[in-house]
Amino acid sequence: MSIFVDENTKVVYQGLTGSQGSYYGGLNREYGTQVVAGTHPKKAGTDVDGVPIYATVAEAVAATGATASCIFIPAPGVKGAVMEAAEGGVELIVTITEGVPAHDEAYFYNDLRRNFPDVRLLGPNCPGVISPGKCNIGITAGHIAKAGGPVGIVSRSGTLTYQALYELKQKGIGVTTCVGIGGDPVPGTSFMDCLEAFEADPETKAVMMIGEIGGSAEEEAAEFIKNNMSKPVSSYIAGVTAPPGKKMGHAGAIVSGGKGTAQAKMEALAEAGVKVGNNPTEACDLMAEIVADL
Amino acid sequence: MDLFEYQGKQFFAGFDMPVSPGEIAFTVDEAVAAAERLGPPVMVKAQVHTGGRGKAGGVKFAADIDAVREHARNILGLDIKGHIVGRVWIEKASDIVEEYYASFTLDRSAKQHLGMLSAEGGVEIETVAEENPDAIAKIWVDPVDGLTEDRCRAWVEAAELNPKVTDGAVELLLKLYRAYVEGDADLVEINPLIVTPDDQVHVLDAKVTLDGSSTFRHEEYQQYDETQTRDEREAAAHVKGLQYVGLEGTVGVIANGAGLAMSTVDVVNQVGGRPANFLDIGGGANADIMAGALEVINNDPSVEAILINIFGGITRGEEVANGIIEAMKRVKIDSPIVIRLDGTNADQGRAILEPSLSENLQMEATMLDAARLAVELAGGTR
Repeated sequence: MSIFVDENTKVVYQGLTGSQGSYYGGLNREYGTQVVAGTHPKKAGTDVDGVPIYATVAEAVAATGATASCIFIPAPGVKGAVMEAAEGGVELIVTITEGVPAHDEAYFYNDLRRNFPDVRLLGPNCPGVISPGKCNIGITAGHIAKAGGPVGIVSRSGTLTYQALYELKQKGIGVTTCVGIGGDPVPGTSFMDCLEAFEADPETKAVMMIGEIGGSAEEEAAEFIKNNMSKPVSSYIAGVTAPPGKKMGHAGAIVSGGKGTAQAKMEALAEAGVKVGNNPTEACDLMAEIVADL
Repeated sequence: MDLFEYQGKQFFAGFDMPVSPGEIAFTVDEAVAAAERLGPPVMVKAQVHTGGRGKAGGVKFAADIDAVREHARNILGLDIKGHIVGRVWIEKASDIVEEYYASFTLDRSAKQHLGMLSAEGGVEIETVAEENPDAIAKIWVDPVDGLTEDRCRAWVEAAELNPKVTDGAVELLLKLYRAYVEGDADLVEINPLIVTPDDQVHVLDAKVTLDGSSTFRHEEYQQYDETQTRDEREAAAHVKGLQYVGLEGTVGVIANGAGLAMSTVDVVNQVGGRPANFLDIGGGANADIMAGALEVINNDPSVEAILINIFGGITRGEEVANGIIEAMKRVKIDSPIVIRLDGTNADQGRAILEPSLSENLQMEATMLDAARLAVELAGGTR
């Protein structure tokens, strides 16, 4: 099994007609993802390489039975696009777009939670979700991941996720699902949401969690692991040596006032029984040990 | 994007909040002229993107014009935590009866806006939070609902401000929330928010951080971007649109993706070296971007070796390799380069780099080995 997506997931791409959307939508389709539709308010009735374009997500859902949406719309339009997807009736919204204003993110996060509590949002600013061999939504290169499990991955960073998928594949370790939750201040789905789903997924036997400095999501995840998880977890936190107060790339990755430091996160995780690596390679080695002992 | 105090006050004034009249001055003469127009007594306040100005002698009261001249002379050029004061704000002095604290920011755990209000302002709010947390009244605001007047009033009452200013405080805080939301701010903070002898609330200091992601709907942000303090290297990278943060070491770092770049900085430290920078070239590592990145790193005189750490996902190894070769043709690099290239089509990429390898361009298979070699080439561990 997998979490959030599987071979039956049907995806509508908001922004399929754009350069990013058509490129990654095409790659996702080649991978085997059911790419059933795209949307564009003015291009309804046309198609992108045979994938039909509808004016709205609601129309795409009605015509194709799409269950998920993937958003490649430029940042100014993301707030509208997320709500359009929720109102259109999909269960999962994957927002790849980066540079979405924090106030927009906070707004649609709360709007969804109140008015569409069953809709799951991933991102913004995330690489997407891949269940190797079944479904790949977003910008992850599918072939760097080995299908089959037993490991589930959840990560705030894109390239570090790829690094982990690739290193695990080289060790012959498969992945049930790899979820990129994104590096922004208000991610739609948290570490905790993913850990909970992995804990409930019978095929996932161990979880790898990749975090970074800033915020307190990793500390909250540590608390959850301590109290609610029976499955072993390995982890890596990027930014151990980042100077305080410096913002490094991801909007979320900022350390201030001694809070949200990598050290604090690593200690909290280690205290919860997580095997914490000092770099991505070490975390993958630790996961290999865990898998060998399963 | 951090605003200077005076920019923050102008930003607040745009939302009809009460601030003191003042003028910005870059020289002693300008400061004196401003003070003459405003009429003493005035405050002479250093404008820097850091806290602790008062303790550093960057904020002074001037009863007359001679004092303005003396203070401006001392403050302009002052080094406050590594920030050299280049401008002072001359502001009409206020009579202060009480000092409060007020702010709005995003609570990332609660995923709602958090307002904080305290009758114990004028000091470091962190100290108040530690020593007397009950002295800070907090309010969480769901962005969909916004801040209602009723909730705002209850919040003000909970903070136990002087009852005489309740109405004024409610009105000001509603405006502050509006400024925070409509201005797309990450943080708006007033410390102190003062009460004057005629029982009016008044903004005496302003700290505003704007969300750089929202510039597309705020043309006015351009003026603030122009006054950001960046070191020379950061300014050069900013022009090229690169995600760059200057550090103090000798190993120049280039990586794709913020997480990997951060991780590369970590690994250089872990093997005993000191990174000169954080530089994320993003997903598509083409020749233009790579050349720009190498140029920025190469212009940093403290760099002794360069570590390029690329993981190909969608970006293929051969594209990255070609980008590096092409970039090296365009920019003459003074320091040895170590490359670690992995991921999609890494074999093909390495094959392309192979003929160009030399003492000045070396390749390692793993991130750790590449970091070790780069540190060695930069003169060894500290």
